[in-house]
Amino acid sequence: MMTELMEFNEVLEHFDPALGLEVHVELSTASKMFCGCSTEFGAEPNTQVCPVCLGLPGALPVVNAKAVESAIRIGLALGCEIAPWGRFARKNYFYPDMTKNFQTSQYDEPIAFDGRVEVEVDGESYVIEIERAHMEEDAGKLTHVGATGRIHGADYSVIDYNRAGMPLIEIVTKPILGTGAKAPQVARAYVALLRDLMRALDVSDVRMEQGSLRCDANVSLAPKGSAELGTRTETKNVNSLRSIERAVTFEMRRQAAILAGGGRVLQETRHFHEGDGSTSPGRSKEEAQDYRYFAEPDLVPVAPSKEWIEELRASLPEPPAARRKRLAAAWEVDEKTMAAIVAAGALELIEATVAAGASPQSARKWWLSELARRANEAGVELEDLGVNPADVAATQELVDKGELTDKLARAVFDGIIAGEGSPTEVVERRGLRVVSDEGALGEAIDSVIAASPDVAEKVRGGKVQAVGALIGQVMKAMHGQADAARVRELLLERLGVG
Amino acid sequence: MSELITKSASELADLLADGQIKSVELTRAHLEQIQAVNPKVNAFLHVDADGALAAAADSDARRARGEVGSALDGIPIAIKDNFCTTGMPTTCGSRMLEGWVPPYDATAVQRLKEAGLVILGKTNMDEFAMGSSTETSAFGPSRNPWDLERVPGGSGGGSSAAVAACLTPLALGSDTGGSIRQPGAVTGTVGVKPTYGGVSRYGVVAMASSLDQPGPVTRTVLDSALLHEIIGGHDPMDSTSIAQSLPALADAAQRCDVRGLKVGVVKEFGGEGYEPDVEARFAEAVQWLQDGGAEVVEVSCPHFEYALAAYYLIMPAELSSNLARFDAVRYGLRLGDDGRNGMEAVTAITRGQGFGKEAKRRLIIGTYALSSGYHDQFYGSAQKVRTLVAGDFDRAFAQCDVLVSPTTPTVAFKLGERTGDPMAMYKADLCTIPSNLAGNASASFPIGLSAAGLPVGLQVIAPPMADDRCYQVGGFIEAKVESDTGPLLAKAAPIVGSKAVW
Repeated sequence: MMTELMEFNEVLEHFDPALGLEVHVELSTASKMFCGCSTEFGAEPNTQVCPVCLGLPGALPVVNAKAVESAIRIGLALGCEIAPWGRFARKNYFYPDMTKNFQTSQYDEPIAFDGRVEVEVDGESYVIEIERAHMEEDAGKLTHVGATGRIHGADYSVIDYNRAGMPLIEIVTKPILGTGAKAPQVARAYVALLRDLMRALDVSDVRMEQGSLRCDANVSLAPKGSAELGTRTETKNVNSLRSIERAVTFEMRRQAAILAGGGRVLQETRHFHEGDGSTSPGRSKEEAQDYRYFAEPDLVPVAPSKEWIEELRASLPEPPAARRKRLAAAWEVDEKTMAAIVAAGALELIEATVAAGASPQSARKWWLSELARRANEAGVELEDLGVNPADVAATQELVDKGELTDKLARAVFDGIIAGEGSPTEVVERRGLRVVSDEGALGEAIDSVIAASPDVAEKVRGGKVQAVGALIGQVMKAMHGQADAARVRELLLERLGVG
Repeated sequence: MSELITKSASELADLLADGQIKSVELTRAHLEQIQAVNPKVNAFLHVDADGALAAAADSDARRARGEVGSALDGIPIAIKDNFCTTGMPTTCGSRMLEGWVPPYDATAVQRLKEAGLVILGKTNMDEFAMGSSTETSAFGPSRNPWDLERVPGGSGGGSSAAVAACLTPLALGSDTGGSIRQPGAVTGTVGVKPTYGGVSRYGVVAMASSLDQPGPVTRTVLDSALLHEIIGGHDPMDSTSIAQSLPALADAAQRCDVRGLKVGVVKEFGGEGYEPDVEARFAEAVQWLQDGGAEVVEVSCPHFEYALAAYYLIMPAELSSNLARFDAVRYGLRLGDDGRNGMEAVTAITRGQGFGKEAKRRLIIGTYALSSGYHDQFYGSAQKVRTLVAGDFDRAFAQCDVLVSPTTPTVAFKLGERTGDPMAMYKADLCTIPSNLAGNASASFPIGLSAAGLPVGLQVIAPPMADDRCYQVGGFIEAKVESDTGPLLAKAAPIVGSKAVW
């Protein structure tokens, strides 16, 4: 069944979008939320488990103090109030990935609440209010074995409880209004900001593809100018920055088509499909479960002292916005360029490339143009392209030394992405070094001049700009492995106009 | 026949220390008594004879090397079947966990092992500790050694019957609303519910987490104190466990002095529903305290009236969540897995058939009490009552050092007498529940017999972490009973085949 969609521009003529973003951040603590099991990613299934995270009868949770510390630091970085006293709660529901058939979470007493952050899109600033950030445990990982890979139609399912009990922080925004056409980009920018923030705080690996940062996007539309919010859908587990933008766009277009046709948007959870960027219905909220929350009696309340909170506040890293301002000044770029850098997810990458010895300008050039294009083509985040900042700095160094041309540098990046090793290794393997052997170059120049006597004559006659055609032919003959400036020099010399 | 098995653990410890007996001999004597009497009382669900004899031999070897683990090294003990034990099944009296052998030991069990005690086996209980008679056990009720047609109390009736019938000198119990104290009262044994957080709950299969508290079941006050000192104290695996160290309990048990102690008699515990013999024995015990130099005052705890109702909302609510894990996915019973039924159906079939009637009743009540729209009205109101009950205790303890009452309104009732009437069954815990709601220390001590020759218990309640006061009063009362009439348990009609010699 094809989903009917309205053109994006048309959506905005009739409707105001409202967003609500719920982001789960998996903390990079050494042990789980309530037990001593390792949190290492990628271990053999069910090897990082114990009576507590397996929910065996009689086992009891104990709160990981490091996770509380991370939660407080995250809360402070989001500008939140920190609760001086708060209990965990049990969220009761039956599902086989939950070993106890309840999730230990926080309900009406979150550790952090009432925060705000600012994001920038196309030079415009948007305030995003944070409703809460709370601690909870992750569930195990179900794999449905069968034709569909989904629970329906599966032959059987297997469960890996290594993930059960991993510490999570869920960050929930208040409704984000007034973003209009920028809604998808604001959503993306917000998640990118959270990612930068978590990285700066060093509390999570924030590897979206490994699920250590997951986003649920709530989207609703209201008739333009209406004070009331429309019915929302919640698109679950949108796991890349690009997907967030796509999922919000899709939901806006889908809901608009329904509303314009006189229909009603169903309040439901939806799944996002990476392939075509569409969403499809999941469990309907109208038959949603009653979670029967109550205060977790197995845990004592979390009561961080004022002194501790202030100590943590004092040790917070530089806020991303301030950092961006500082870097913009250091790199001598304007706000718009900086916004583009952030939107591309290139801030850390450029910073690290500069730290590795490249000039800000060259670092920016590679990440924003050549590498951003390749990431886009491959449909991956820039940081997941397989090129690291040290590679970029090393490649640029070869260019600066005259051993590579920009064009050759691009080929070096091809090699790095193909897994051929470091820049020097790729240069060796592919034989990309600029030919400085003047003999070979001289031969090539001579034969080009011989093959194009008309052009050569023009140059000799004073039309120096015609030399471009000859340079091109020489470069072609040299398979690009020559320094174009040097070729020009030699050509003009030989044609007697040097 | 054996005189060993009627001795208290502290007496036996002296004999072991003097080299007059060996732990293997002691253990064997108890295993023989179990073999002879357990078919009649059904106190044990599992007996680990080989494991016990091996542990006893280890204890003897340790002692020979001069490395004694504790005051109770080499003494046999029985464990209620809701404590996780490696190498032994842990069923909680339910079909749901029949045959399940935990991969870990409860902290209390681990401490027993470290202290060198000899674990005889696991004792019967009401299903998941839900009941006051052991009649909800999936494996048949235990019987009261005083009268085999009567209940031994519950939920820990297996432990109390085992101790009363000299199948073991010591047992572990757990008390959520009276499951240690009420069985103690109706079997003429000592049962202590420590301060909440005083003994680790880690590895004790939860019924209601905010109310559950493991504790000792013994024949003498000193034995309870010694056992309490071994299993008690802070446990990093239980975050509700109290960091502060325990008061000196064995010392308090041996003080035999109540001079100057302020004893409050709770006015609300008595009258309608209380058997005259229970009230008479209680009045005598209060008189003993007064004669012994205690100052007796009457105190009022007006909100105790609502404690039972609040308990029957809070307990099922927590229980409904705690018992959700029994879903046939990972361990325990699995029914209906015929290849056609889906996971949800298998869970439903298993829970439908695996849980007994009382468990289902409480699961339904608890689920309802927490459900959206009713949460505040039921669970929320019950929590408010809980706060009020705790406030009553605070006011009473501002006036008194301890509070006293009958442990339970009646003597042991007959098997089947209350199974059709849940309210009558629930009322057995009328006097014991407030302490669970408030989390203070509370114990039951034998004070005499009814006209029909059935034991009556005195409940002594002390503020949180003042467990020593319970032992102080208990030791005094015990000495009085012994000097007047000799050990109370010696008066029980012997069970046919019993090897106990008093």
